[in-house]
Amino acid sequence: MSETVLELSGVTKRFGPLVANDDVSLTLKRGELLALLGENGAGKTTLMNILFGHYTADAGEVRAFGRTLPPGRPRAAIEAGIGMVHQHFALAANLSVLDNVMLGTEKLTRLVSDRRGARRRLADVAGRFGLAVDPDARVGDLSVGERQRVEIVKSLYRDAKVLILDEPTAVLTTQEAERLFATLKTMAAEGLSLIFISHKLGEVMAAASRIVVLRGGRVVAERRPAETDRAELAELMVGRRVARPKRGEAMPGAVRLEARGVDVVAGGAKRLDGVSFAARSGEVLAVIGVAGNGQSALGALACGLLRPSAGTLLLGGDPVEKPSPAGFVAAGVGRVPEDRHAEGVVGDLDVAENAVLERLGERRFSRFGLVRRKAAEAFAAAIVARFDVRGAAPATRTRLLSGGNMQKLILGRNLMATPRVLVVNQPTRGLDEGAIAAVHGEILAARSRGTAVLLISEDLDEVLALADRVQAIVKGRLSPPVPADGLDAGRLGLMIAGLWEEGADAA
Amino acid sequence: MRLERRADIPWALAVAAPVGAIVAALALAAILIALAGVDPLAAYRQLVVSAFGSRLSLTETATRATPLILTGLAAAVAFRARIWNIGGEGQFYLGALAAAFLGAHGFGLPPALHIVLMMVAGAVAGLLLLLGPLALRLRFGVDEVVTTLLLNFVVLLVVSMMIEGPMKDPMAFGWPQSVPIERDFALAKLLPRSRLHVGLLVALALALLVWFLEAKSRVGLAGRAVGLNTAAARFAGLPVARVLLATACLSGGLAGLAGAIEVMGLKGYVTTDLSPGYGYSGIVVAMLAGLHPLGVVLAAFFVACVFVGADGMSRAMAIPSFIADVIVALSLLTMLVALLLTTYRVRR
Repeated sequence: MSETVLELSGVTKRFGPLVANDDVSLTLKRGELLALLGENGAGKTTLMNILFGHYTADAGEVRAFGRTLPPGRPRAAIEAGIGMVHQHFALAANLSVLDNVMLGTEKLTRLVSDRRGARRRLADVAGRFGLAVDPDARVGDLSVGERQRVEIVKSLYRDAKVLILDEPTAVLTTQEAERLFATLKTMAAEGLSLIFISHKLGEVMAAASRIVVLRGGRVVAERRPAETDRAELAELMVGRRVARPKRGEAMPGAVRLEARGVDVVAGGAKRLDGVSFAARSGEVLAVIGVAGNGQSALGALACGLLRPSAGTLLLGGDPVEKPSPAGFVAAGVGRVPEDRHAEGVVGDLDVAENAVLERLGERRFSRFGLVRRKAAEAFAAAIVARFDVRGAAPATRTRLLSGGNMQKLILGRNLMATPRVLVVNQPTRGLDEGAIAAVHGEILAARSRGTAVLLISEDLDEVLALADRVQAIVKGRLSPPVPADGLDAGRLGLMIAGLWEEGADAA
Repeated sequence: MRLERRADIPWALAVAAPVGAIVAALALAAILIALAGVDPLAAYRQLVVSAFGSRLSLTETATRATPLILTGLAAAVAFRARIWNIGGEGQFYLGALAAAFLGAHGFGLPPALHIVLMMVAGAVAGLLLLLGPLALRLRFGVDEVVTTLLLNFVVLLVVSMMIEGPMKDPMAFGWPQSVPIERDFALAKLLPRSRLHVGLLVALALALLVWFLEAKSRVGLAGRAVGLNTAAARFAGLPVARVLLATACLSGGLAGLAGAIEVMGLKGYVTTDLSPGYGYSGIVVAMLAGLHPLGVVLAAFFVACVFVGADGMSRAMAIPSFIADVIVALSLLTMLVALLLTTYRVRR
């Protein structure tokens, strides 16, 4: 086989008592497309940050092209030909593609920058790997997929021979992801070496030439796609068999939350355009789409944070005149926001305070203007017990909970009394398999108790597992609902792409 | 070297931060004292003696601490809700002016009631001054750091205008000062043969009350939630604008009350040097206290002791008394560094 371009040996990294990487060794050969598979917290990103010099390892070393890299120096990694594409892109939105690519490659002492040379070089790099980019486009105007392409081109422009991509498909549509992997394969065939981080089994099986599974900071297995299958990889990744819950027969009842031709204008732009949906008791209605197509506005609308600028929103059949978060809570709408850290909890308040924050006005949690701490603690303790929130006592600072446990706390405070409606926006984003199974189980349990569930998600598997009916969201518009039975990932993909007439006909 | 955010801040560290900051500030100021040609240790010994060494110095320190407790509380409650009220000085003066205006002449109310009225007027004047900047922020997103800070200078000019004009004391030999309040409306002395007055008890009671409200009440919890994460508070259905409004009222009211009490307990009239920067020092007090209402009391006494002690020190050892301002300013800077180090961990 060909030469080794990158070699990690015995890398260990501790954060206080937590061992993020435990004696990890890894090699990457020229022309390989290596997948680093693992759950959140398995240590994938830490490992890549050590490799790239963002963190210093406590033990072990990184060798690139036979030379040991000095620890903790990203510049040395770049000079050795390592490029990294982060999950959150490091691009300046107000600059052109060319400016972004050139940024930091020229000496600051140069008075005149060689834009013509840079432009030629950019076209050259882009052409060689089939990465079409317009050098004069403003990055802020580009789609997420295009921005990612700019990030990749940026690394190649700097002569990267090894490219590391951190969860590259997290923000892409199915089609964009397929295109990305086609590009990555071309790059590998051209002699570049690539590592991509992922927790999605499907893409790992489809794209990688070799798969390294990380769990609890250790390398637990190494496979070639031909010699394994998804079930084995899932078990290796999680460490045990995890079965996601199956949904039973739907018993749809009365319409509980309905939108009729709703427009939402926020921040000077039309976020939702003539949106209609009806969430019925005992049923999961899913809205699927690619990030940034109006999901946030739809979630905010269904949680009482935004008011329709046209059309009607109905709760239990009655038009909502003045929507407000407090009014929705009082009307029995359980709400799980898109971003648990930003909106779901106040990280620096304790678990009991977060448990009752939405219900502070209720007599059971406050009297004479004073918080009834005992009642709040009892409520929190009940949530913790019933929803298996690990590592949480009523007085624990909420920030210290893991993402999955924080989500269980948020779900729990809504589900202690069976809500009439449950709005969940991206409920399992960033959660590991175990937590996903738990959250899915709770959503389905609420459905079987007669709650009307509105699920907003970008995850095809999640929608296929939970939904009774599906609507796609594209550029603020909703497709008509389609029964989930008989839908598969392919048809959902078409709906997400905005081709919902075909999707609907096929169903 | 890089900074990593700590997941949790142990309480011992939270207590050590202000202590360490003060020690560091004193150490830095020692360099200046040494430059002035005096042994820093002897100077600091003199400072402590001057602040605590006698009955007179003790009561003086407590008298100085009184307005600082109130302006410190004003800054602490505002900062906790992320309202950056830098206008404590202006609110202090406007509160003082309101109290002096009402106190100049009785109008038939029993003195006790009149005293309460003067305090309320001072607080209302202070809170009204903060409502403008807050309304501008809520409506148009105007940064209240700028507006509250600049209003301080506007208020000081208003004070000048009033005490040179309509409120000028005709008996003051031409000095620009307001008509003194009637003797009946002055706050009672706490100890005979001292300047210490009942205002200290009012300040201490308010510190307790603010602590109780923050820790136990619904408004307090809502206020903390809004301050720590406004988006989450809004999502949870808390009335964010109303909470901010209530907090601003409390903050501006406390600073205004500080001014009123300073007039009623100590000076009896308003001049443009009524406050040696109590409004600004309140910010230092609040930061040293970690924004904790009871910590504010301790921090206010520390700052008061530096001011009083430095006066004595400069007299005894011929060091300029500006050293007090230097120490207080340094302790704000060192406290900010200490906060950085408690929130983050330094890693290689």
